[in-house]
Amino acid sequence: MSMLAEIKEALSAVSPVTIKETDYKTKGYHLDVAAGPDQVVQCAEVLTGHGFFLEAITGVDWLGQVARMKEAKAKAAAAAAKKLAEAKAAAAEAGQEVPAAPEPVAVETVPEEELGEDPMEVVYDYNTTGGELCRVVVRCKVPRSKPELPTISAICSGANWHERETHDFFGIVFTGHPDLSPLLLPEDADFHPLRKDFTA
Amino acid sequence: MNNYARSENQETFVLNLGPQHPATHGVLRVKLTMDGEYIVHAEPVLGYIHRMHEKMGENRTWAQFMPNTARMDYLGALSYNHGYALAVERAAGIEVPERAEYIRVITVELNRIASHLLWFGAFVLDLGGFTPLLYAFDDREKILDLLESVTGARLTFCYFRFGGVYNDIDDEFIAGTTAFIKRLRERMPDYHNLVTKNIIMIKRLKGIGILPEEMCRRYGATGPVLRGSGVQYDVRKNEPYSVYPEFDFDVPVYSECDSMARYMVRMDEIEQSMRIVEQAIAKLPEGEYIAPKVPKIVKPEPGDYYACVEAARGTFGVRLVSDGSNTAYRLKLRSPTFSNMSLYGEACQGMLLADALALMGSLDLVIPEIDR
Repeated sequence: MSMLAEIKEALSAVSPVTIKETDYKTKGYHLDVAAGPDQVVQCAEVLTGHGFFLEAITGVDWLGQVARMKEAKAKAAAAAAKKLAEAKAAAAEAGQEVPAAPEPVAVETVPEEELGEDPMEVVYDYNTTGGELCRVVVRCKVPRSKPELPTISAICSGANWHERETHDFFGIVFTGHPDLSPLLLPEDADFHPLRKDFTA
Repeated sequence: MNNYARSENQETFVLNLGPQHPATHGVLRVKLTMDGEYIVHAEPVLGYIHRMHEKMGENRTWAQFMPNTARMDYLGALSYNHGYALAVERAAGIEVPERAEYIRVITVELNRIASHLLWFGAFVLDLGGFTPLLYAFDDREKILDLLESVTGARLTFCYFRFGGVYNDIDDEFIAGTTAFIKRLRERMPDYHNLVTKNIIMIKRLKGIGILPEEMCRRYGATGPVLRGSGVQYDVRKNEPYSVYPEFDFDVPVYSECDSMARYMVRMDEIEQSMRIVEQAIAKLPEGEYIAPKVPKIVKPEPGDYYACVEAARGTFGVRLVSDGSNTAYRLKLRSPTFSNMSLYGEACQGMLLADALALMGSLDLVIPEIDR
């Protein structure tokens, strides 16, 4: 069994994560795993158990983006519909066969109600050091009002600094982390510069 | 050698190493809890030159951010140019002409040799030997002269463009590079006779500063640190990018896990980089050095993308999130020394201070790259 299939199966045992295969050539990774805060630790266990190592942890602040993306998607859908209608009309005029509607674009999972409109995201990059190339990205969305998820520093020691850095920049709290004091910011820093509403 | 055993009532004291200390290779502070000359606990303190490059990525256009990459790893800046260019090219779907790929590989590998040479000199300096630094600088200057002639800079290169490079290489550069490689080949035995076979070096490095493979994996260490611990992992081979599959080169691996192993990996890598440069020059195709139709304003499709390269110190990864505009929505820069350094606190417990400094030197730290 290929590495990809094997890890996919092992990860699907961690219910209920959503696993999406992505095109490596365009995206740069093979598997896109959407996990809840409860599954992050289990995913780390499964992946390290299969010989993966943690390359990085980072955050993304989606402030205002959900609304903007919905708008952009609606716009794109309207444009596509218009184009199709025009093509149909042109085809009918020419007496040709009417072209089929293009396949609908896969809609990304809408964040759950509890996340609100503007979730924060924590992204884990896993990679293997040998055998078949397989990159796995684990994502976890947390509500902006209470950005908390458990630490994985007990499993991957390297996560310790990555989580501290993510806490510095985004204010995301990794519960159970041995020491979340600022790593790169001044020791008394109480601001989070990579939050989109941060102003210096 | 490391036979430290702490007794119950031993008194300890705190020793601050850095942030301004020649052995820390930059503005790094290590808070050491000492018991005599033995380290009980070590805590690296970072962030003295943190400049928030990732935030800068959010308010500069994609192309405007390119000079920032060189300000992180100022010793191996072209690898950073390369990693960032690859990520944006992947996101925006920009093709690179073959000649440009070859030029990229030639300059990146020359830069890798320059970086390893500086490390070689500085590392021996950490151990108390001064002369090798002068030898290494002599050779390194030759590379910087060559790179200056094509890039216009000696250290903080901003040479790569989306779809190619800024400037074509000419016959003079090729002749200079060939002459340089011939010269360095003749010098390498000198290095080995002077340093590698030196009994003081051997006594200071062999069997000391052990980083077990399992520890390297736990911390996500990459590059020569990981290869010195017996793992054959090199992005150029495991996840081939650019035209690296065209070349015949080996990945040096030593499984002793000690400071000597990491030293040997880098010395062998200099030889391998020379091989790659020679082959690239021999095969250098004619053609464009930059794609003719690269959009002036790059606007990648919304989504997130990842690309990584083998920099002189390990895996440099770029994760970018695009919202379809001409700036990044989020730009994450995964620097190799950040992970390599994170194992330092655990690794030097129970070590003698002098050995811990040798271990630090063997990690080949570049602090701006950790702090970003």
